[in-house]
Amino acid sequence: MSNLLEVRDLHVTFVTPDRTVHAVNGVSFDLKRGETLGILGESGSGKSVTLRSILRLHPEHRTRWSGSIRVEGEEVLDMGSRALGDLRGQRVAMIFQEPATAFDPVFTIGHQIAETVQRHTGKSEADALKRARELLEMVRIPSPAQRLKAYPHEMSGGMRQRAMIALALSCNPSLLLADEPTTALDATVQIQVLLLLRELQREFDLGVIFVTHDIGVAVEVSDRIGVMYAGKIVELAGVEQMVDAPQHPYSRGLLASTVHDGMRGQRLEAIPGAPPDLGEVPTGCSFAPRCKFVRPDCTARPPDLRVTGQSHLVRCVLTQAAA
Amino acid sequence: MDSLVPIEDRGGPAQPLLLASGLRKHFPVGGGLLGRGRKVVRAVDDLTLSVAKGETLGVVGESGCGKSTVARLLIRLLKPDRGTMVLDGDPVDEPHGITVNELRRQVQMVFQDSYASLNPRLTIAETLAFAPKAHGLPAAEARERVRDLLSKVGLEPDTYAERYPHELSGGQRQRVNIARALALRPRLVILDEAVSALDKSVEAQVLNMLVDLKTELSLTYLFISHDLNVVQYLSDRVLVMYLGKIVELGPVEAIYGNPQHPYTRALLSARPSMDPRKRTHEAPIQGDPPNPIDPPSGCRFRTRCPFAEDVCARVEPLLAETGRQEVACHMRVAGSGHSKAAA
Amino acid sequence: MTIQSPSLELGAPLVQPIATAGGRSYWQSVRRRLRRDPVTLICAGVLVLLVASALFAPWLGLNDPYKTSMIRRLYPLGSPGHLLGTDELGRDMLSRLIYGGRLSLFMGVTPVVCALLIGGLLGITAGFLGGRVNMLIMRVMDVFYAFPSVLLAISLSGAMGAGAENTLLSLTLVFIPPVCRVSESVTTQVRGFDFVDAARASGAGMLTIVRVHVLGNVLGPILVYATSLISVAIILAAGLSFLGLGVKPPEPEWGLMLNTLRQAIYVNPVLAALPGVMIFITSICFNLMSDGLRAAMDVKA
Repeated sequence: MSNLLEVRDLHVTFVTPDRTVHAVNGVSFDLKRGETLGILGESGSGKSVTLRSILRLHPEHRTRWSGSIRVEGEEVLDMGSRALGDLRGQRVAMIFQEPATAFDPVFTIGHQIAETVQRHTGKSEADALKRARELLEMVRIPSPAQRLKAYPHEMSGGMRQRAMIALALSCNPSLLLADEPTTALDATVQIQVLLLLRELQREFDLGVIFVTHDIGVAVEVSDRIGVMYAGKIVELAGVEQMVDAPQHPYSRGLLASTVHDGMRGQRLEAIPGAPPDLGEVPTGCSFAPRCKFVRPDCTARPPDLRVTGQSHLVRCVLTQAAA
Repeated sequence: MDSLVPIEDRGGPAQPLLLASGLRKHFPVGGGLLGRGRKVVRAVDDLTLSVAKGETLGVVGESGCGKSTVARLLIRLLKPDRGTMVLDGDPVDEPHGITVNELRRQVQMVFQDSYASLNPRLTIAETLAFAPKAHGLPAAEARERVRDLLSKVGLEPDTYAERYPHELSGGQRQRVNIARALALRPRLVILDEAVSALDKSVEAQVLNMLVDLKTELSLTYLFISHDLNVVQYLSDRVLVMYLGKIVELGPVEAIYGNPQHPYTRALLSARPSMDPRKRTHEAPIQGDPPNPIDPPSGCRFRTRCPFAEDVCARVEPLLAETGRQEVACHMRVAGSGHSKAAA
Repeated sequence: MTIQSPSLELGAPLVQPIATAGGRSYWQSVRRRLRRDPVTLICAGVLVLLVASALFAPWLGLNDPYKTSMIRRLYPLGSPGHLLGTDELGRDMLSRLIYGGRLSLFMGVTPVVCALLIGGLLGITAGFLGGRVNMLIMRVMDVFYAFPSVLLAISLSGAMGAGAENTLLSLTLVFIPPVCRVSESVTTQVRGFDFVDAARASGAGMLTIVRVHVLGNVLGPILVYATSLISVAIILAAGLSFLGLGVKPPEPEWGLMLNTLRQAIYVNPVLAALPGVMIFITSICFNLMSDGLRAAMDVKA
């Protein structure tokens, strides 16, 4: 099966008069239909920037890119505005963290979904509303016919998030980008939305990229997990391998320091220091200042992403020495 | 060392450090010419809790449960509509007790890190010196206290004292938040989602620090969070809230190991699994946490409870002891009328 | 040789804070940003020039602005001895404009400063205390706010009579409600921030909290608004004088000069427009500076 999405050596830099931020520094990965890739990282890791680059959502005048992003074989970074308009919403859809701001507060949910359907498929308004109702049923919103006439502020957070998913899937995209969609939701609602996403992905054979900072969430939804740090993918592996045997010191530190049951009474193994300032590209490995296992060759050259096991990629000199 | 001495223990270990009884706080919601609407947010309703000396009491719940309101009531940032508070035997804000100001010398709060938690126009030193100076500490001693506080939270005084909040990372700012809460040498520290906004790697650092500080300074913690794992890690006892009421309360092992209330069980099983082979396949409960404006009659959880029956709508369950914990559920009370209760 | 990672024992120093330059306060970075904004710098330069010429007018070697001459009336620009010509009563335009600047600037800035003091105080009080006090103050302001400012200014001046002092008074009254509203809005917003709650929780007195925590965060936006108000005030003051409700002749004042030079429009339109040009330049400079201030203060350091 060919790849739905191919990202090669993506670099994204934001340039303002005050400062320059090297947000993404060489990211490469593939995604097939029916597969979920979880991108795990903390603030400043570049995970959201990577995601948004796939739809070229960053302000053009401040952003510099290089590399390649191919959706179903077409290069996104070369696209003109018309081609981008076709791509967005129709072939690639995105859901965001804050459902409250994704909807326009002065129009009903039904109107907004129907509008998108009409725009991309040319259906009549009546047909589009019917489709909107089907979509609301699909995302398990109770009393969908009435909810069509509801305004965003009349719905709870969980409902809005479901409505956003309905909006995203309204034009049958093949790729769904999810930027921390459950971070702002309560625990009991979060698990409902995660299960819904899993179910919808199976039903529509979607390719999904799910960005999150929560390991548990990543484990629940992903087939593969990519860990990002300072604008690079430092480890990429199947979800079971990542949880059982992470190899990069950052991934290991992250898993070791995440609080879960059974840790009561033990001291947490914290990663010292803080994520780096992205104003400059470091000469060596970006994680070196915080790494327990740092060696002289870590700061000489940035390490490459190498295969260390069955489709297990790690960016660290330690694993390469052994391989 | 300096003139702002910490308040001494009075009642001994058996006396609760803080006892709050029958707390109620309702907020009117909009409308009406003079702001007097008919709708009311019943944020906290008839809540009683006690915090023992030296313990960490964890408070968990989802949005709308009232846990943040409780925090603000305990430190008197909000005035309760009803209810009393007793701090180590002294009634608060009553004729023969201590004043609210005296309460604040002993009870302090750590806020969640956000752009609004530290004054962006003040240096870190100015922020930390504010409270001691407001209580009469002379400037020179306040400076010493600031250096001491910064060292305690792992921030080099020479480097950080003259910085501004925007020059610090989230974790560093949270350390400053904690230092600020410790400035008056309190006995009880209320932590309201204190680690929620931090990256996981930084969260671990700060949790370790909180544990160390508690021992070093003989503190008592009230730890409020929506993150069940962190609460389990830190707390000795845990209190579960739903729509302004306590639904379950007990030692942490009992609550996590043998939860009795259906809501507690749902919360615990809603945590994402860390094992890809044991993924969650069914959501523990459906729907969203309801609005505290018009809570359901009787048991407030009944609209989402799979075991709800008539009696749940008619009678409000009170906290009753069942084994090692207290639960507010008709199923656990013999003779309540619920089909699952003992006769 | 291995590099030691910093340990995280309590008391051991962490890695360096994220910004490189040390202790740059908010106002310092505002100043820096202002210095790099060409529009603001130009406007500031022009205003400095205007204010300086107004202040030092008596020492600039100008002709007497009050000296009339029936022969030398409405001389065009560039006449010998009268760089900008003369007005309808033979008085030198250049000195009239510069001396007029004194009054016009004074009439523009003073009401705003007074309104800032009174309206600002009321607004900050209303914002900080909230509840009934807020309601009382703001509803009273709403009554005045219901009138368009020009109409209100004219009515007040009309009722009180013409003259510079009455103009100052009426303009001050006109500007108090908008300043109050802006102050209240900003203060309410700041009041909701956690650090103010933390200050309250520390047991400090209300005045201390306002002084240390609220003022520093609130004065910026209020100042920006006030600066933009000055441009309005100058126009309003000139307008009132034009209508005969403000400054009385023979005092030089740009608005009044526009009125008296009306008869010269067909004879020498450029001359007749000169006071208007001055009003325009001054007003727009204050306006653009206010924009520049707002932009400089907007960014989070």
